[in-house]
Amino acid sequence: MTVLQVEGIKKSYNGTPVLKDISFSLEKGQVAAIIGSSGSGKTTLLRCLNFLETPDAGMISVNGKPIFTAGQALTEAQLLQNRLHFGLVFQNFNLFPQYTALENILLAPKLLKKGSEKNLKEQALMLLDQVGLKNKADFYPYQLSGGQQQRVAIARALALSPEVLCFDEPTSALDPELTGEVLRVIRELKSHDRTMVIVTHEIEFAKNVADVIIYMAEGVIEEMGAPECVIDHPQSERTRTFLRGVYDTY
Amino acid sequence: MFLTVTNELFRGFWENIQIFFLTLLFSLPLGLIVCFGSMSRFKPLKYLTRAFVWVIRGTPLMLQLIVIFYGPGLMFGLPSMDRFTAVIVAFAINYACYFSEIYRGGIESIPKGQFEAGQVLGMNKRQIFFKVVLLQVVKRIMAPMSNEVITLVKDTSLSRIIAVYEVIYMGQNFIKKGLIWPLFYTGAFFLVFSGLLTVLFSRLEKKLDYFRG
Ligand SMILES: Nc1ncnc2c1ncn2[C@@H]1O[C@H](COP(=O)(O)OP(=O)(O)OP(=O)(O)O)[C@@H](O)[C@H]1O
Ligand SMILES: [Mg+2]
Repeated sequence: MTVLQVEGIKKSYNGTPVLKDISFSLEKGQVAAIIGSSGSGKTTLLRCLNFLETPDAGMISVNGKPIFTAGQALTEAQLLQNRLHFGLVFQNFNLFPQYTALENILLAPKLLKKGSEKNLKEQALMLLDQVGLKNKADFYPYQLSGGQQQRVAIARALALSPEVLCFDEPTSALDPELTGEVLRVIRELKSHDRTMVIVTHEIEFAKNVADVIIYMAEGVIEEMGAPECVIDHPQSERTRTFLRGVYDTY
Repeated sequence: MFLTVTNELFRGFWENIQIFFLTLLFSLPLGLIVCFGSMSRFKPLKYLTRAFVWVIRGTPLMLQLIVIFYGPGLMFGLPSMDRFTAVIVAFAINYACYFSEIYRGGIESIPKGQFEAGQVLGMNKRQIFFKVVLLQVVKRIMAPMSNEVITLVKDTSLSRIIAVYEVIYMGQNFIKKGLIWPLFYTGAFFLVFSGLLTVLFSRLEKKLDYFRG
């Protein structure tokens, strides 16, 4: 079943095109890894999916239902509704500093009345356990390492059970020795059939967690396909050059 | 003699205290409204509010007091407000403008990611403001707010310009009777009161020490 379908997304900032006609789709449980050099529009694409930016053109459908068509204005309520189809994990976590790990996870589900207080709390504790932080429930963000903060942020996004979970370079702000714990959590989500879109510079990780690799360059999808194809046998010269840069085996 | 003076000065300082608390009561929330106006995405409202804040912050409170007390009567023939009301109106407007700028600075200093994290979690603007941003703003503006509030304590004596019998006015009365020390004595009232406020503010800051951000 197709969970996410993106068709012809375009986005410009002050007349400068940043996304030029992006189309792809994801089946349930599939993971797409987006790679590409700095400024190619990866973050902008994720921001469009999460309705932090409004695309100038194109369409987004979730589970076969169009939720966004360029030109048709969304009401505030629709916008809020649409955002719930997606989750976003930021590069720099963006945990709420005044709340504990547990409270960070609980805040949105409580405000959106997703269940009884007791059930929500149980669910939140389960999620903390899932990311390996059950014993940190009452810690404030400043008391956690970067890797732990990012895992809380992942649990926080999961608490709303989004259909598609997006990650924007989830390990880029971390010390190298902390990336492993975060990547492990993401890999485990994959085994639970989570549909995910992951922007990453970790080519090795992308290769082994993703079903689809999307290589973006200057606002277009230059090459897209299975990791064995895109990473091991890139067709486009541009992809090859990029991979040679990040990967010295070429 | 000392007791008589103390008694008189207390009567005067009671005015100062009333002005102080009523001004806070009105200007703290009013400042938030002014702040939202000055941050509005609706340009005319934004510029109008900012111009207003500029005028209020750019002219003496003393002048504003006089204008508000005498203005309506002289310009439009309206019955003038009683003195005390005029003081509260002038102070509330003046302080709301100062507070609005402090609030705005505080809100703008919150990383964009905090707002965006709230948005992607499906919260609406209200929820983001009250549940995510507000406490962080409060923590960040503690120091400038305590400055402003302590300034307010001292500013309350400006009310004498439209003949409100506040503490310094009372103290000055004794000069006619050949006494100068009651005037210095009034200073003690301000010192004690602002001392108490300083303690209160440092308590509040301690309370917010449980998180960083
Ligand atoms: N709000 C904005 N206003 C103007 N230009 C923007 C804005 N956001 C992004 N851009 C521009 O759009 C282009 C794509 O940015 P984007 O952040 O999507 O790139 P990226 O692929 O995520 O890069 P990186 O790997 O460095 O994170 C850049 O040239 C950037 O300068
Ligand atoms: Mg980016």
